[in-house]
Amino acid sequence: MFAYIIKRLIYAIPIALSVTVVSFVLVYLAPGDPLNAIAPADAPEEVIVALKSAYGLDKPVPVQYGLWLLRAVQGDLGTSIASGRAVTAEVLSAVSNTLLLAGMAALGGVLIGCILGALAGYRHGTWIDRVATVISVIGVSIPHYWLGLVLTIVFSIWLPWFPAMGAGPGGSSEWLWDVEHLRHLVLPALTLSVIPMGIITRTVRALVADMLEQEFVTALRARGLSGVAVFRHIAKNTAPTVLAVAGLQIGYLMGGSILVETVFAWPGTGFLLNTAIFQRDIPLLQGTILVLCMFFVVLNLLVDILQPLIDPRMGRG
Amino acid sequence: MTTPLVSLQDLSVQFCGSRKASALNAVNLELGAGEVLALLGESGSGKSVTLRTLLRLHPERTTKIQGRMQVDGQDVLALKGRALDLYRGGTVSMVFQEPGLAFDPVYTIGQQITESIRAHAAIDEAAARAQALQMLERVQIPQAKRRFDAYPHELSGGMRQRAMIALALACQPKLLLADEPTTALDATVQIQILLLLRELQRETGMSVIFVTHDIGAAVEVADRIAVMYAGRVVEQGPVGEIVRRPRHPYTAGLLAATVGTENRGQPLLAVPGSPPDLAALPPGCSFAPRCAQASERCRREVPPLQTLGQQALACWHPILPLAEAA
Ligand SMILES: Nc1ncnc2c1ncn2[C@@H]1O[C@H](COP(=O)(O)OP(=O)(O)OP(=O)(O)O)[C@@H](O)[C@H]1O
Ligand code: SF4
Ligand SMILES: [Mg+2]
Repeated sequence: MFAYIIKRLIYAIPIALSVTVVSFVLVYLAPGDPLNAIAPADAPEEVIVALKSAYGLDKPVPVQYGLWLLRAVQGDLGTSIASGRAVTAEVLSAVSNTLLLAGMAALGGVLIGCILGALAGYRHGTWIDRVATVISVIGVSIPHYWLGLVLTIVFSIWLPWFPAMGAGPGGSSEWLWDVEHLRHLVLPALTLSVIPMGIITRTVRALVADMLEQEFVTALRARGLSGVAVFRHIAKNTAPTVLAVAGLQIGYLMGGSILVETVFAWPGTGFLLNTAIFQRDIPLLQGTILVLCMFFVVLNLLVDILQPLIDPRMGRG
Repeated sequence: MTTPLVSLQDLSVQFCGSRKASALNAVNLELGAGEVLALLGESGSGKSVTLRTLLRLHPERTTKIQGRMQVDGQDVLALKGRALDLYRGGTVSMVFQEPGLAFDPVYTIGQQITESIRAHAAIDEAAARAQALQMLERVQIPQAKRRFDAYPHELSGGMRQRAMIALALACQPKLLLADEPTTALDATVQIQILLLLRELQRETGMSVIFVTHDIGAAVEVADRIAVMYAGRVVEQGPVGEIVRRPRHPYTAGLLAATVGTENRGQPLLAVPGSPPDLAALPPGCSFAPRCAQASERCRREVPPLQTLGQQALACWHPILPLAEAA
């Protein structure tokens, strides 16, 4: 097992490196000049040159990348062009907000998805199955931002139950587990949970329906097990796959939250990314993309390591 | 025979889900305590369905069961809830054809036997584990202690089938059902498993119904043979009688295919022709389209099962008439 973990870790290194290259280069492929954001359009030539050298933009791209990577490894992602604050600090505070949002959305989505999916799988072919399938299809195909807007109109404007904007008092950096903050979390988390809910419902339904057809489930019944006892076996057999799918969903939520965060002005990475793009804030953009991608790499690594712990059949080689 | 352990009377099973079939058509069968019965017949004749019906394992919504089914004095078709759970595994249990598919892959062998024991007896975990380990030793699994904590995929096919037998016998059932328990195994292992089953049957005095395609195995292990065709028992009797003096043309065809040439261990060679479509059975004897003796009457009327002593036969023109065994 230990060797397996080490091997996985080593595999992750080249992936992580390519991620840094992509995060760095991608920004240069986009049209537009970052200097437009800081320098007035009619700035004299010397000012532009000075600015370029101040931000290191005058060096060749590979050199820029090397310097950037060297600093990134030490936790320094540069300074935001727009705000002048350290990118690392901005990104970390945004990441924690997004994690909170994505985590809650995933928790809710996976929980409801598991329940709906298990019901549908057990009642394969009945009206319960059809209702669950319709819900999951709607969940997967409904546009996020549209749902966010509808929820805002209904639960924020018509029925003033939940606030529509922000993360609560204290702004982006002072999250507290109190009613006031949680009320701000409800609508964005609900909006975001719909996709993992739909996907998990579909996954669990298919897995459970398939599992119930397996000979070993017949064999369990044949030895007098039923109800909860059989369900325990089904749950343990489906858990590795559900875990893998759920893990990836949390990852997608980190990315998928861009629009939802924008709709609800939730101060997370999506919101930050949005701001960075519109302000052509290159260091901030690179830093945010890098952290998001790294998050995916680590998530995949975790799923890879956890799966064989749950499922004894998966080789440890 | 006093009150038999198992008694099936006009047992019919119809599947009415997406695949329609009259899998059993008025099966009559009796089995005494301590008896070993071999079920013989071509693929699709309803052997597995018979065993699964005895444990009520068919999907409830899409299966219609008619007739009577008594096991150990219980009306099996009337069992519900906890009583059904106790009956399954407690009174009757099953050894499956593919031990690789019949174990839950993510629990250890020991956990699964222990769980089964605790589902039937009010004993604590430690005592159940001790019993489970004892069962593994009884089915002659070497290094039983180590195998106890192994996952099913870590055992060889033969070891897995031994473990399956241990699991099936863990709650001292009165009837063991074995559906081709050796088909999935290597030839040498097959014989060991058969001998083990025979030995355990003698030790415990349980009854056994086992399905096989191997007449040699049936002769070796069984007391009686029942031959099935298209969801009916067409002939049954003591092993020697069936093998030496088959009376039903189908039985004779089955035996001619194997016993005559003494190729033991071979699966039954097909009798010429193919079995009828179970969704649309012919009105008379379902073997008529393939039977050399078939008459008008055979095509019109289903031959009733006639019983004489130990023997039973359903044929209008048997090769030999039923007579008391010599
Ligand atoms: N759940 C089911 N739904 C519909 N048809 C079924 C079902 N189970 C079995 N059958 C049908 O019932 C018939 C009898 O099947 P069964 O499995 O009892 O045959 P068998 O005698 O055990 O054959 P084999 O020697 O191949 O194992 C087959 O035609 C099969 O297709
Ligand atoms: S009843 Fe007629 S058709 Fe059927 S097996 Fe006997 S002789 Fe053949
Ligand atoms: Mg079968």
